[in-house]
Amino acid sequence: MANPGWGRRILRAEFALVVAFLYLPIAVVIGLSFNESGLPTAWTGFSLDWYASVVGNQGLLDAFRNTLVVGVVTTVVATVIGTLLAVGLERAVHSSLIDSVVYVPMIIPDIVLAIALLSFYNLVFSGLLHLQLGLWTVIIAHVVFDIAFVAVVVRTRLRHFDRSIEEASMDLGANELRTFLKITLPVIAPGVIAGGLLAFTLSFDEFIIAFFTKGTAETFPTKVYSMIRFGVTPEVNAIATFVFLVSITLVLVSQRLRGSEA
Amino acid sequence: MRRRLLLLGPAFGWWAVFLVLPVALVMVYSVFHRGTYGGVVPTFTLDNFARALNPLYLRVLLFSLRVAVITTVISLLIGYPAAYVIATLPRRWRTPVLVLVIMPFWTSLLIRTYAWIVLLSPKGLINNGLAGLGLIDGPLPLLYNEFAIILGLVYGYLPLMILPIYSSIERLHPELREASSDLGATPFRTFLRVTLPLTLPGIAAGCIFVFVPSLGNFIVPDLLGGGLSIMVGNLIQGQFLKARDWPFGAVLSLALIALMGVLLFAQAWLLERSRKQAIDG
Repeated sequence: MANPGWGRRILRAEFALVVAFLYLPIAVVIGLSFNESGLPTAWTGFSLDWYASVVGNQGLLDAFRNTLVVGVVTTVVATVIGTLLAVGLERAVHSSLIDSVVYVPMIIPDIVLAIALLSFYNLVFSGLLHLQLGLWTVIIAHVVFDIAFVAVVVRTRLRHFDRSIEEASMDLGANELRTFLKITLPVIAPGVIAGGLLAFTLSFDEFIIAFFTKGTAETFPTKVYSMIRFGVTPEVNAIATFVFLVSITLVLVSQRLRGSEA
Repeated sequence: MRRRLLLLGPAFGWWAVFLVLPVALVMVYSVFHRGTYGGVVPTFTLDNFARALNPLYLRVLLFSLRVAVITTVISLLIGYPAAYVIATLPRRWRTPVLVLVIMPFWTSLLIRTYAWIVLLSPKGLINNGLAGLGLIDGPLPLLYNEFAIILGLVYGYLPLMILPIYSSIERLHPELREASSDLGATPFRTFLRVTLPLTLPGIAAGCIFVFVPSLGNFIVPDLLGGGLSIMVGNLIQGQFLKARDWPFGAVLSLALIALMGVLLFAQAWLLERSRKQAIDG
């Protein structure tokens, strides 16, 4: 090799810039959330006022509670269905076509899913059944893509699974259900929890689909969107910091669980 | 059979009702007339498709394509070397560093896009800093233009480019590169003739992961592009929530789905071909 050191150094510098690019905007917003003036123009002193003002914003708190409800219900439903799907894909069918179908809900443009569901809800729920759109329609929508993410995470876990212990359980007289509950589930539990945390994060942050399918209800992202849209207020910096913290914590825990065995 | 139904039934049932049916409904709506206050009048027409070719809308579609292509190319140019660095780190460092790079993707795109308003606006951090250093007289027009949209999209989806490329480089046997350099190839030539062709499937996957969500994006052009109906995602949103022309919005959505289908098909073909080459060659 002519000069291995130089190429390597340039590559590392590029990588450092990429990391800076990814994290600097986040760092700036976090920093500003503690700035008394709330503006990027000057540092006027450390303050927690913007956090106090967020906590005092009743509309925002209601939206946050709604998002928690949507997130928790979505997560429970999607984790159950997604785990069953993962087991099915790993054990019951072997088809690359079905495998790729699972990726469709993950990559379909969210605006398309949003308007498709809005059309469907309007026709079936509002039109035929005279039901009001609300948090429950957001939950149905979030479950659609969360199933796929849970299934993918749980499946990775299943692949590293030693099937002989399942066979041993069956040989000893346990039926399939009992074997699943007593043997399989405990072993894949970290994967299931990791998938669930990911599902919650995605639902917690999801904006466009909720925007279209929420009816008159507000979720945290739709509320934050209207705050940003109708003039930037420094409160948003405090909200952003909080959202980063929640997402990053959940993803790190999820990652840790996924990586704990492999 | 019963077991299969029990395991796969709930997921595929959910998707049949809340994904396949709604998308089928969009297809049906695309050939209907618009209702006065949103919704549709169920009489057949192809006018909505003709309208999509109207220069006014064609320009939006072409601009979206252009932005998505530029975003994808920039992400590839930035992302490939980054993925290469991660994949060639000592093994125990790879996963933590990869998580570091992917993590921003898992936090809200809305909030991450907002961060760029803070940086780019006329009274934002960058203009303020440059003015403070005496480098500029008036604020630079950094926000509400194509530059801001592309920047926001690259920022939003770069991790999705790095991830698949990383896994394709990581899977490469180092011996291949060593063999090439033992045979006298320069590092650059080795990269061009060995590493790059073998990581093509990763590149294709990364490009699709960045291109698809960029093309149909709503938040980034909405917040950083000035809130005009400038990209197809904004146009679709407008047709459903403002103009109340659902059939036309449906046509635009179908265009997105069709393009996504073509890309996924092309990727599958590329993957199949490189697998065959690996066996033949």
